[in-house]
Parts: sequence; structure tokens; C-alpha cells
Amino acid sequence: MSTDKQEREPLFSAKNRKLLTNPLNIDNPITVQVLGICSALAVTAKIKPAFVMALSVIVVTTFANLIISVMRNGIPPRIRIIVQLVVIASLVILVDQVLKAFVYDVSKQLSVFVGLIITNCIIMGRLEAFAMGNKPWPSILDGVGNGLGYGIILIIVGFVRELFGSGTIWGYHVIPEAFYDFGYKNNGFMILPPMALIIVGIIIWIQRSRNPELIEEN
Amino acid sequence: MKALREFVDKQKPHFEKGGRFEKLHSTFDAFETFLFVPNKVTTSGAHIRDAIDMKRTMIIVVLALIPPLLFGIWNVGYQHFLSHGMTPDFWPMIGFGLLKVLPIIIVSYVTGLAIEFAFAQARGHEVNEGFLVSGMLIPLVMPPDVPLWMVAVATAFAVIIGKEVFGGTGMNILNPALTARAFLFFAYPSEMSGDSVWIAEKADAFSGATPLGQLLVLDTDKLPTDWSMFLGTIPGSIGETSTIAILLGAIVLVATGIGSFRIMASVVAGGLVMGLLFNLWGANEYMNIPAYQHLIMGGFAFGTVYMATDPVSASQTNRGKLFYGFLIGFIAVLIRVFNPAYPEGMMLAILLMNVFAPLIDHYVIQSNVKKRLKRAKAVAA
Repeated sequence: MSTDKQEREPLFSAKNRKLLTNPLNIDNPITVQVLGICSALAVTAKIKPAFVMALSVIVVTTFANLIISVMRNGIPPRIRIIVQLVVIASLVILVDQVLKAFVYDVSKQLSVFVGLIITNCIIMGRLEAFAMGNKPWPSILDGVGNGLGYGIILIIVGFVRELFGSGTIWGYHVIPEAFYDFGYKNNGFMILPPMALIIVGIIIWIQRSRNPELIEEN
Repeated sequence: MKALREFVDKQKPHFEKGGRFEKLHSTFDAFETFLFVPNKVTTSGAHIRDAIDMKRTMIIVVLALIPPLLFGIWNVGYQHFLSHGMTPDFWPMIGFGLLKVLPIIIVSYVTGLAIEFAFAQARGHEVNEGFLVSGMLIPLVMPPDVPLWMVAVATAFAVIIGKEVFGGTGMNILNPALTARAFLFFAYPSEMSGDSVWIAEKADAFSGATPLGQLLVLDTDKLPTDWSMFLGTIPGSIGETSTIAILLGAIVLVATGIGSFRIMASVVAGGLVMGLLFNLWGANEYMNIPAYQHLIMGGFAFGTVYMATDPVSASQTNRGKLFYGFLIGFIAVLIRVFNPAYPEGMMLAILLMNVFAPLIDHYVIQSNVKKRLKRAKAVAA
């Protein structure tokens, strides 16, 4: 492969932009590929942990994609899964330590779910499907895109659940006291994980009715 | 009658293709078929033709719901005045009951039907009648003091998430009315359980616990008599207290063949078997509740007759119905005894078995296929 003769691709060519934007919509890791659901249900009762989780996953997908893409030609195919896992695990431990050092309370709320990013199928899937066969720069874009696609769903779900479940957003009360005086009550169901599943389901429903090409034939 | 028919016929062209209100065809169709038996017949394929269509089926279920409804209205008034230590005449009780129950019914119907019409309109479907029954069931399983906006939210949730996401009437996997109740139960537990919600505007000093609630705190000696639980003069959700009124409804459903007798009988059998098993075990007070009392307490009877028999979410095969019903009764009593903090085990049991109904049918059909294959082989050999 001689890159000299080829015309250099601009950094944000149409193809590269797609890598970034597709995961936000028609190739969303949660609502279309239905990956990483467990953490989406577990950490979205409030926006703040959802946001931190999203950030952590973006960091991990981006750097894991970059590192694997750089090493891709040197990894023996037979042991590639182990190599990928080592890379992901190291990154997750780094993220975990950073969270513990700087946002200890959120880190406590997220508990094991930061550690479980290692098993998040999105990351492994991107490494296998993309980083193993593409150059570093597109891999970075793909990592950021998928991290964002995951994060945006987490934040939407977290927003709805916190607003109706606790009457707050980012910990601040937004539903006026007067509502409560009239008999309004926070919806306890929103705090429970099943409601997160239902909200994800509703997002999938809305997305598919807007993009008919996503509807499977059956 | 004739004038009405003519009026409807006159309006019809506006709603047909090319008419002024073409977009509102579903809505018009719903009202027309509600008033008159439609004259449309199927033209192709082999169909069983019968005078009874979905609208008439649903109306019979609504008729069967009238006895518990009327009793519920009276009981809401009776319990209210009883808690204040008054014993007024019949009519003030009915009046108070109507004041409490009618708004709940109206809210349930208006919210549910609005959503149904909107979906039918958007999808170009006919409006289905399933909600006529759900809209009546929802108020009957609510506590009389439930805030109206909660009824609206729960109804909306049940119709959208319980029914429309799956494709509307006939496609739902869960019973919509129970979905509404379960939603409220988990979303606003303080309004759906405890001692204070079962009697409308009750006096503070009066204990308003339902029989199941009293079991939770082990007040077994304060339990109402069997007779009053059977008759229904106890606090509880609007329509579920009176076993005798529910039995009247059951007779209507069974006689017209709309409610499955197999399901009802096997639910009762399941509840009795589990109750008797616990009686034999007898390790604590919950287990010592006589098995027959489970049948007249709480929502057991109501669930058996009106919820478990829902033709959409129940098992379809005859043998499947027996397993389905038996497990509902069995699990309902199991939940009541092992987890008294969830007093309404019946609701959870029915919802759980709704989910398993297709699986039961699958195995019943597979076993039948296997049996016939075996027979065919035996004949061939």
C-alpha cells in the first residue's frame, strides 16, 4: 500500500464525517445495534452519572480504537481478542482511577459499572469491526462517534428519568413547588430500571418511525 | 332510529375517499359501527360468518361489569359514611359514590379513547372497541381516592405502552387495565397501597385497611367476617370488593360464552391448591389463612373473572387455558403469602402469566403435533 500516489484525503471528508455522524442516528449503538443496554439501564436514574458514564465510554472507545488501529498490522490474528482486552482493560482502569480522584461521589454511584465498561459490547465491537481494518484517524473518528451515539441516548434517558422520577435536573429542582401543592407526585417507577428499558424502547420506536429504512422486514 | 340512520347516511360521503373530511374516516367509521351493525361482509376466502362482532362482544363484557360497578358505587358511599360513624339512607350513599366514581370513569374513557382515535387516525385503521372494556376495568381496579391525573397518566401509559406499541387491539401481550394498575402501583405506591386510600375522604381515626392490608400487619383478628368479604362491604378498590356481584358478572360471561369457563375454574383451583398446601405447611400466620378466604379477599375474584379471561392476552388453546389459569391462581396466592408487602399478588400473577401464555400455547401445540406424528407412524408401521 503506497499512500504517496493516492491523493491525501482531507481530515473531515464526507466519508470521515459519516463515521462521526452515523452512530448518532442510523447506526446508533444502543437503539439500532442494541449494544451496551445493561449500563444504559443501570446508570441513567440521574443525569450526572449518565453524563460521566458517557464521557468515560467516549474516552475508552476513542483511545482503544486508536491504539488497536496503530497496532493492527502487528497483532497476530489468533490472539487479537486478548490483545484488545488488555488495551481496553488498561484504559478502563485509567478512567476509573481518574474518576475516583476527581469526582469521587459520582464514581461511587457508578460503582461497578465503570469497571464493566470492559465488557461493554460496543467497544469490543468497534475494535473488531473497525479499528482492526482501518487507519488511525478514521478509527479515532469512529470511536468518538460511537461513544457520542451511546452517550446521547444515555443523557436523553437520564434526563427523562431524573425529571419525572425525582423532579430535578443535574440535581437542581426544576418542577415548581406549586405543582406538588396541587397534588403532583414524583413517579417512583421512573427510578426503577424497567422504566429505562421502556424509555429506550420509546426512543427506538420514534427513531424507526422517522427512518423507515431501519424497520426490519418480518 | 330511522332518522338517525338517514342522518348518518347523509354524512357518509363527506368521509369517503375524496370527501371533505376524508382524513377523519376512521373516526366516522367508529361512530357509525357503534350505532349500527355494519353491513360489510367479507367477500373472499372461507370465513365463519356470525352475528356477533367485536363491538357486541365488548358490550357484553361491559354489561357483565355493571354489577360490580353498581355495588362499587354504593360501597364507596357506604364506607365513607361508615368511617364517619354515620348510617344514612341508600340514596345519599349512591350519590356520594357517584360523585367519586363517575369522574374516574370519565377520565379513563376520555384519555383512553382520545389516544385510540389519534392512533387509528394516524395509521388509517378502524378504531377498535377493545378500549370500551379496558376503560371500564381501569376505574374498577382503582382505589376510590386515587387522584384523577394519576388515572389519566396510567391510562395513557397502558394504552400507548401496553397496547399501541404492539399494534393496537388484539396485538397486546399484557392486559391493558392491569398494566395501568401496575404502573400506578410502582409509580405512586403511596396512593395505591396502605391504609388511607381505600375509603374516599375517610375520617382520620378510622382504620381503612383492606383485608389484605390487615394481614400485612398481622391483624388477623380484625379481619372482616367471611360473609362481609363475600358480600363486599369492605374497603378496597372500587369494583373488586364484592365477590357476589362479580359472580353475577361471571354468569353473564360464561352463559354467553365470552369469558372462558376453563380459565375461571382453573384459576380458582390453582388458588385453592396453593392455599391448601400452605395450610398443610402452616409455618407462619400468612400460611394459616384458610384457602377459601384467598378467593374472597382482594382482587382474586375480580381478576379471575374479568382479567385472566381477557381473550387477547390469555392462552388460546383449551389445554393451555387450564395451565395458564392454574398457574395464575397458584402464583397469586404464593405472592400474597411469601411477600405480603405486595398485597395484590393477583395483578402481578396475571401479568406474569400473560407473558407466558404464548409459550404455554407453543408447548401444547407441539405436544399435540408429536402425539399425532406418533399415531401416524404407528398406523403406517
